[in-house]
Amino acid sequence: MNIRQVFAANPEGLLTIFYTAGYPQLDSTVTVARHLEAAGVKLIEIGMPFSDPLADGVAIQHSSEVALRHGMNLDIMFKQVAEITRTTGLTVVLMGYLNQLLTVGAENFLQACRQAGVSGLIIPDLPMDSYAAEYQELFHRYEMAISFLITPRTGEKRIRLADQLSSGFLYLVADNSITGREEGHFSNNQIAYFQRIKEMKLSSPTLIGFGITTADQYFLTKKYANGAIIGSKFIRKLSTTGAVSRQAIAGFIESVTRN
Amino acid sequence: MKNPDKNGFYGEFGGAFIPEMLYPNVAELQDNYLAILHSDTFREEYRKLLRNYVGRPSPLYESPWLSARYGARIFLKREDLNHTGAHKINNAIGQILLARALGKQQIIAETGAGQHGVATATAAALMSMDCKVFMGEIDMARQAPNVERMQMLGAEVLPATSGSKTLKDATNEAIRYWINNPGSYYLIGSVVGPHPYPDLVTRLQAVISEEISTQLENNFGQAKPDYVIACIGGGSNAAGAYYHFIDDSEVQLIAVEAGGQGIASGKSAATSQLGRMGIIHGSKTLLMQDDYGQITEPYSISAGLDYPGIGPLHAHLIKTGRSQVYSITDEEALAAGMVLSTHEGILPALESAHALAVLEYTRFKPEDIVVINLSGRGDKDLQTYLQYHKNKHK
Repeated sequence: MNIRQVFAANPEGLLTIFYTAGYPQLDSTVTVARHLEAAGVKLIEIGMPFSDPLADGVAIQHSSEVALRHGMNLDIMFKQVAEITRTTGLTVVLMGYLNQLLTVGAENFLQACRQAGVSGLIIPDLPMDSYAAEYQELFHRYEMAISFLITPRTGEKRIRLADQLSSGFLYLVADNSITGREEGHFSNNQIAYFQRIKEMKLSSPTLIGFGITTADQYFLTKKYANGAIIGSKFIRKLSTTGAVSRQAIAGFIESVTRN
Repeated sequence: MKNPDKNGFYGEFGGAFIPEMLYPNVAELQDNYLAILHSDTFREEYRKLLRNYVGRPSPLYESPWLSARYGARIFLKREDLNHTGAHKINNAIGQILLARALGKQQIIAETGAGQHGVATATAAALMSMDCKVFMGEIDMARQAPNVERMQMLGAEVLPATSGSKTLKDATNEAIRYWINNPGSYYLIGSVVGPHPYPDLVTRLQAVISEEISTQLENNFGQAKPDYVIACIGGGSNAAGAYYHFIDDSEVQLIAVEAGGQGIASGKSAATSQLGRMGIIHGSKTLLMQDDYGQITEPYSISAGLDYPGIGPLHAHLIKTGRSQVYSITDEEALAAGMVLSTHEGILPALESAHALAVLEYTRFKPEDIVVINLSGRGDKDLQTYLQYHKNKHK
């Protein structure tokens, strides 16, 4: 299923899990995906480890460093992702930085994504105007969806533009912070921001991410958006379990989805 | 060619490749920096501080020894005589005035060796502003005196513990802090980063080329040199020394990169030769990276030159052939620094020593006017020079 299809098939909302390719072990990427699918997850976001991840908080940054030390690179990652899309029903989105596309050439990169069965990309340092001017046509040609980020400080005009350009989902950054402030609940300001976005009746599906750790929060993201993305908390869970365990992952998903 | 287009591009280089979280911060600067820089209040106060606090204009000194040795009229632009010992203060003073005009109370900065950190902490002390300086954990250990100096100036020095724990990681940390604290002002130290920083820093350092032009005119009746030579790491002293001459093709621009232990040694910071097009710190430029786009750690004996990218203006000047680029090894730079010390009584910063060393590779006509930007003084590098001297005479 592509991104829009997976949203259409799950109108009650989606829990999307982010994790870093090659973390905690170089070859754990596929195993983690299988366990996530077994736990009921439909959409996963895989981070492409980068040396200089400007938009990531501490936990994800650290996981990137570990993965790179393990020898993770784009070739290995695409092989692993291809195995995930071949052997599971998961929809896969990749998150990485523009330099990783430019270094192999955007077209080659998109081709590799398509061959590996990737449905979409999130590239936080690719500005919308640059995408529209230089990359949109290429993304369409390779049927690769893109998802843009908006934050509590993004003005209405830019939100409309992000909505119009996003062919995947809109990523609502819950808090204008990347330190992974994890308080377990949303503030009134955050709720007001979610409400404001909801009232804009955007055409793209929306997922709320950054700092989400509890079932209460996940429940609220389904009320105001189409669900949530959990990254840092899951990465930390992986780091403490050592070997990737099916039970631990199922337990984690259960802990953030039960009512 | 000396100014970017409205999106911050010099040809194909530059721009602002930043996450949405940073967009309002950068947009605020983009929308306001030119109006503030051109305002009478800013210009007047900036001029005044450069004159009375920094000690400008810096002398343009004709070196008899170098002139005789290399067969041309060789001038040194003495940025080493500025307050805090390098050209960095020109930019720090200008940006802190900009920060104040924008109503900011807190300054943040990155630093590698600590020179820009010291300049920023100095400017912040002068303006009674709160200052945080991000510095790689490894650099903090290597440059402990500068850490203490910044602290004495009232700045808080925060270790960057991610990645390679050096300048590029300190820059990442400063940007992350800026995202989390949009009320702060990010005072970047070189002609790098997202638009408008490369243009902003270039314009603030352009006082160097403006003075060169005036000094040549007043003292030698010729308003432009035949050559301008400067070292480049990120490239702020070079951008400043070139600025008024960039659009005059009769002035030859020479850029000197740190070759480290040699271009092919794997320990080098010769970005324009070893780098490929990519994105670093929000700017599209030439940068050192592996086949998968991971940014690699450069090496140079000079801490001010080991940045894995170069400013987009320089990438453009080099790519279009407007500037000629050379690389100088550690050994060559040390030798050139010692020579200037012995024969002229001037100990240059190791960065500036790279620019001096290129004289061995260039040929001039006797009437040529050659200006070398002596970007900083070598006191900070004394230990390295002494070690070199000792080994040489063993």
